[in-house]
Amino acid sequence: VASRVAGGRWWRWREPGIRGHQAAAGWLFLAPVIVILGVFLVVPIAMAAWVSVSDWNGNGSPFGPNAHYVGLENYRHLLTTPGLDQSNFGTSIRNNFYYVVLVVPIQTALALFLAVLVNRRVKGVGFFRTAFYFPSVTSSVAITVLFLFLFDPAGAINKLLSFFGATGPAWFYDPRGLFHVILAQFGVHQSSSLSNQFFLGVSYWDWLAGPSIAMCVFIIMAVFTTSGTFMLIFLAGLQHIDESVNEAAALDGATEWKKFRYITVPAIRPVLFTVVTLGLIGTWQVFDQIYVGTKGSPLNTTLTPAFLSFNTSFNSNNWGVGAAIAFILFAIIVFLTGATRLLTRNPDRVPRRRRFGPTQGPGDPNASRVASATSGDAP
Amino acid sequence: MVVALAVTAGTALGSSQNRTATTITALIGSSGPAETFAVTNAAKAFTKQTGIQLNVIAASDLGQQLAQGFASGNPADIFYLGNDQVATYAKAGDLASLDNLKNVKSFYPSLRAAYTYQGHLYAAPKDFSTLALVINTNSWKGAKLTSKDYPTTWKQLAAVAKKLTRNGQVGLCTNPEFHRLGVFMLQAGGWLVSKDGKTATVNSKANLAAFNFVKSMINAGSMKLTNQIGAGWGGEGFGKKECAMTIEGNWIAGAMKADYPTVPYKAVELPAGPAGKGTLQYDGGWGLAAASKNKAEAMAAISYLTQTKVEMGNAKAFGVMPSVVADAKEWKKLYPQYAAFLTGGTYSTSIPTVPDIATVLGDFNQQLQGLPQSDPKSILNRVNGELQSILK
Repeated sequence: VASRVAGGRWWRWREPGIRGHQAAAGWLFLAPVIVILGVFLVVPIAMAAWVSVSDWNGNGSPFGPNAHYVGLENYRHLLTTPGLDQSNFGTSIRNNFYYVVLVVPIQTALALFLAVLVNRRVKGVGFFRTAFYFPSVTSSVAITVLFLFLFDPAGAINKLLSFFGATGPAWFYDPRGLFHVILAQFGVHQSSSLSNQFFLGVSYWDWLAGPSIAMCVFIIMAVFTTSGTFMLIFLAGLQHIDESVNEAAALDGATEWKKFRYITVPAIRPVLFTVVTLGLIGTWQVFDQIYVGTKGSPLNTTLTPAFLSFNTSFNSNNWGVGAAIAFILFAIIVFLTGATRLLTRNPDRVPRRRRFGPTQGPGDPNASRVASATSGDAP
Repeated sequence: MVVALAVTAGTALGSSQNRTATTITALIGSSGPAETFAVTNAAKAFTKQTGIQLNVIAASDLGQQLAQGFASGNPADIFYLGNDQVATYAKAGDLASLDNLKNVKSFYPSLRAAYTYQGHLYAAPKDFSTLALVINTNSWKGAKLTSKDYPTTWKQLAAVAKKLTRNGQVGLCTNPEFHRLGVFMLQAGGWLVSKDGKTATVNSKANLAAFNFVKSMINAGSMKLTNQIGAGWGGEGFGKKECAMTIEGNWIAGAMKADYPTVPYKAVELPAGPAGKGTLQYDGGWGLAAASKNKAEAMAAISYLTQTKVEMGNAKAFGVMPSVVADAKEWKKLYPQYAAFLTGGTYSTSIPTVPDIATVLGDFNQQLQGLPQSDPKSILNRVNGELQSILK
């Protein structure tokens, strides 16, 4: 028995061992972060989740007697019940969709382009790096106010256009969809077959409207303000590329474009994922520009889910529906982040099943850790 | 350092004097420094008279701050409350009834009605505004029009707007929203809801006639919506001389004085439509939080702030019209140039006191921004459906 106790494994878990006290110390060091994340992240999310399935009316605590569980009623109200809330929600999804579809590719491409430009060793590159980054450090509220003046119907932009003999639109006041405007140029106007069918309370014809002229200004503004940040992230990625690889390619006679296509882009693939993901999250949550600039006007064409969620909660006192909008928005962002991960993963990598096959066993301490770290790859 | 010490000492003294006094808080959505100053002064006078400490906080976003207060269970004791929100909050149980307010009989009956939800008064009217036709007198003379030509019918309105559309100026401009264009609905004999308030009547024939009239003026080029001329509101388009006439409330006086002091103007009553005169009325009031711990003191504060003397002081400070009937004569004597606004109060209509009405009217406003391009009938049908769904 004595030998079993001394050499046996069955009680080893009791032994503090060399790392035993470190665990306690680790938790102690982590405690501030856990408390902060808990108070400012986990608890509010849990509260919002509860509000989204309750009929809380904003009076007193959401856990008090004024709130009752209503199941998925708020989600049903938004997604399947025709009415103002549904059509507002559909409109906001449409607006934000066009915003994302235009902003993310343009800002990513522009940021990469700028990063490649300022990655060279030329004189005065520091100035350009600062200049391109400058709009990103300015507060979005200040930039919005600036754009309100610039794009005023009698503002600088339209003055400039009139200098070239063109008449600018009323920008922030113009609710016409960009695609509708283009279609009208070809003589295509509202067709009744598309106007009479609805999805999420918005007619098919209106789904095809494209971003309104007012939304286009926000799109320009987003590209202007965020390209600098992403340029910086790309620049960090570019500087990690070993110069010798480029030199070897140059010796083999690769053109600039080929070097970019076959060396730079594969090398910064993880950075590309980061930039696109951050871009998707930022653009789906656009709020402050709308709050300061237009509050959803004109004709609800700059209404976004984030602003609608705020408005439904705080101004319409419809907290459950407002929280439900926030959670649907959350689901959209999680889904798109997963999709981006799939699209930007390295196609040359060994498939997961084969990668760890020979060594992976139930006793392999690394197996679960590696598997969980790469689980994002799983389709 | 010395200043800090003095302040601390002062605070300490002050608090020791009022140790037993209650403190109540008033949250206001102020139109500007003049209003904040006037209300703060009235609060100070109230404290001096009663010993109850009344702190005034000017909100940066009243709706949001109120909502936060209600949710925390610790809202401001009294606060500004528009009649478009009163039913929403009353339904949620956020408001205490003011049926027992001391001076409840002194207000205009129409104002009391605008703040009554399910038989109880939920805010004390403090002031109100109506819409009138504001005319640039220089443009008026320039178009060879005289005081005999002030329009009293739709036909005359269309005629003078046409005459005033000259020299790059459009005859009439106004916000593309129900809160302005709704006056034509009233003049045509239409309204949002039926007399008993149970049925939505937004798509009635009268309302359609009203918007067809507006559209005919837009199509004739003698009227523009402010989003067509790039102005934020009618007062801006009017002040910048983009238009010769606008439909606005008495708050335009402050903006004209501050921003466009060189534009001479006159306010006249809106013309009558096929069904007679009509204008919209906007009400300001004081609400009392159901969660307030000092209801009696808060009630006393509301009584004080809605009495004749204070309301006339506010009228002089920031140009509102008093909610107290007894003040009308003095107000008219002081401001003969704005008499049209007060006269409008004799036949004006407030927004129905229905929960969520602000949300529906918000969508009506959004839809009307597209009025020049769209069919009024489809807008009215849409809003009618939305309104009916909250009336049930």
